[in-house]
Amino acid sequence: MTKSYLSLELIDKTFERGGTRTEVLKQVSLAVEKGEFISIIGHSGCGKSTLLNIVGGLTQATSGVVLLDGKVVDEPGPDRAVVFQNHSLLPWLTVYENVRLAVDKVFSATRNKRERHDWTMRNLELVQMAHAADRRPSEVSGGMKQRVGIARALAMEPKVLLLDEPFGALDALTRAHLQDQVMQIHATLGNTVLMITHDVDEAVLLSDRIVMMTNGPSARIGEILDVPLPRPRRRIELASDRTYLKCREAVLKFLYERHRFVEAAE
Amino acid sequence: MPVTNLKLEPQAPPQPSAQVIALGYTARPGIDRRLSRFVAQAATNLLPLIVTLSFFTLAWQVICSSPESSLPAPSRVLEESWELIAHPFYTGQGVDQGLFWHVFASLQRVALGYVMAAAVGIALGVLVGQSALAMRGLDPIFQVLRTVPPLAWLPLSLAAFQDGTPSAIFVIFITAIWPIIINTAVGIRNIPQDYQNVARVLRLNGFEYFAKIMLPAAAPYIFTGLRIGIGLSWLAIVAAEMLIGGVGIGFFIWDAWNSSLISDIIVALIYVGIVGFLLDRLIALIGRAVTRGTANA
Repeated sequence: MTKSYLSLELIDKTFERGGTRTEVLKQVSLAVEKGEFISIIGHSGCGKSTLLNIVGGLTQATSGVVLLDGKVVDEPGPDRAVVFQNHSLLPWLTVYENVRLAVDKVFSATRNKRERHDWTMRNLELVQMAHAADRRPSEVSGGMKQRVGIARALAMEPKVLLLDEPFGALDALTRAHLQDQVMQIHATLGNTVLMITHDVDEAVLLSDRIVMMTNGPSARIGEILDVPLPRPRRRIELASDRTYLKCREAVLKFLYERHRFVEAAE
Repeated sequence: MPVTNLKLEPQAPPQPSAQVIALGYTARPGIDRRLSRFVAQAATNLLPLIVTLSFFTLAWQVICSSPESSLPAPSRVLEESWELIAHPFYTGQGVDQGLFWHVFASLQRVALGYVMAAAVGIALGVLVGQSALAMRGLDPIFQVLRTVPPLAWLPLSLAAFQDGTPSAIFVIFITAIWPIIINTAVGIRNIPQDYQNVARVLRLNGFEYFAKIMLPAAAPYIFTGLRIGIGLSWLAIVAAEMLIGGVGIGFFIWDAWNSSLISDIIVALIYVGIVGFLLDRLIALIGRAVTRGTANA
């Protein structure tokens, strides 16, 4: 039916625990074009992480399908690389080895050792982490770990890059720096990106479209906002840009007026 | 305010310039200072130990120095067992060997039993940690068997093997294996979901997952089990050897008791303690080398 690059069609997700059924997602449909940068925003507990995990294949939808490039997604795979919120680097491997593990696994048949080494280094350079290649994750800062996580995901040459609140655990300055880097990488490589966030500015700054989720249980897509800002975007110029402020206001209104987070709903 | 500070600073140099001479003088003592710092550090670390050791030895000497004391004082231990202390590498007939050879024989038994326990224990631990079914089937058995005291296994293993040495090795095996199994299983069960997700996204196969995620992630737990295991092995071997006889530190102690050589027993106990301590350190050291960086990121 749809010819989109990535399409989610009528996704339902119900968790069952001890006889009680909780409906987390209801009838979620979304079409993403190739090269698009999509943010999913919503209050905590609205099931946005569940949605990302379904696209990643880490969680199975109760009903509905995810189609990527014409194929049904039902298990995890390197074509949908995930950057996890807490970086998830393997602490016993160096920065280089963490990325290399992914490269070796994905390109074991198609590239020789030399090429795989070069590709690993290329991706570390892309996130400016080549200088720390031989350090262990415990020896680098939180922002650096997340950059390595991004390098590992990029190195898989995924069809879709899934970012699960990638900057959530970072301080504001590091976060801004990483956002700029992600924008630059997106501009260079033209990846299709699906990012979960609860930071309104981050969503407006990075995305082509912002998917706003209603509160759970039974969360659905409440509204999809186009962000018609030209790229490259610069955060300082945008700070006073009309369109930027309007988009920001629209998201804020959605989140805090129409779908206020009710603690009791938890 | 800062301006006055700035003005003050240039005035300061005359004073340090006087110290420059002193510095030139202390250039050679630099090495000395490092040495003295080393000595000072060693002193802070060792001095309390030396003080307590001297205190205990003195107390022991005072308490046991009366002629009707049933246990020998340190001075008498030195006197009576000097042969034993001075010639650890002595070789004679049968069980008449230097202490080194007794300890060596015991260590060989421990090594064999312990290595088998480590191999089987880690394998079973992985199984129980990985599969809920294996867990339900095996864990209750493990929980019951692990409470059986090591020596209680000895008669049974003597009946099975009809020989002392394999029985002792079996006792070591059965003693050391439980903490290894249980800790490995806990380690496997505690592998963070994040690492499993990484493995799933990368589509690691069973073997790759085992070698690249499971073992390194569980390594700190496994080494905790191994360390408890080596301690228990050493506890068990001394007791087992008392019963099976032959060359070995356990039988040496039993033999000394039968010959009323109390001083020899005391010397042997010091050996047992120090070797046990070294074994524990050895496993801890290997563990630290292997799990380097595994702790937390």
